[in-house]
Amino acid sequence: MKENKKNLGSAKNGTNHWWHQRVTAVALTFLCIWFIISLTVLTGATYQDAYNWLKHPLVTGLSILVVAFTIYHLSLGLQVIVEDYIHTEITKIITLMLINFSCLLIGLTCCLSILFVFFGGN
Amino acid sequence: MEKTRPLSPHLTIYRWQISMILSILHRITGVGLGIGTLMISYWFISIASGPKSYSTAQWFFDSIIGKILIFGFTLSLVFHLLNGIRHLFWDIGLGFEINTSKKSGWTVVILTFILTLAIWLSAFMIKKTYE
Repeated sequence: MKENKKNLGSAKNGTNHWWHQRVTAVALTFLCIWFIISLTVLTGATYQDAYNWLKHPLVTGLSILVVAFTIYHLSLGLQVIVEDYIHTEITKIITLMLINFSCLLIGLTCCLSILFVFFGGN
Repeated sequence: MEKTRPLSPHLTIYRWQISMILSILHRITGVGLGIGTLMISYWFISIASGPKSYSTAQWFFDSIIGKILIFGFTLSLVFHLLNGIRHLFWDIGLGFEINTSKKSGWTVVILTFILTLAIWLSAFMIKKTYE
């Protein structure tokens, strides 16, 4: 079998994990600055203000990006921590599964809420 | 894993220094922010659920516990963001010299407090305009 860097390492996925962590980090640097400023401006906002803000297509889009990148970055980061500190194989696998399911659930809930507002729910 | 395998010296024998503290804090704030995503989710859900849920969420975020949680979240987010940028510079091979990394580390610490304070002061002033 041909050796290439794409399937090196114990997980056989080469540098993918490392690279994805960095790509999401760079994206989140800009997205988080936007998100922090937005939430700061929305401090104490009325329901209508918050609703109209989230409904704007640009905000809807950026919010989904914030959620998606955050959740992916989070699951990659937590995976490294789990792999560093949990050495029992079965505990490690179960913990990683729980992390991935929880992350997916949180991300999905956020995205559905954002899209619900965008498509004019309520 | 074999219990008798040799271990590297335990962490506690090292003298505490800025580099290691920030490295550990990067992980701790990362986990904290992960838990904090629940707060952000709650906020999005409350907007989707209507004015009543939104005002309940607002009441919670305005409470003492809510404020403490959001302050911790802001502090962690600003730190993780700034220290993350520091990590990205290392990734492209910049700032590895001991003195440079110590200086960038302290810059991160100082900026974290300044920016967190700036965000909270702005938030307080903006909140006044809604009242």
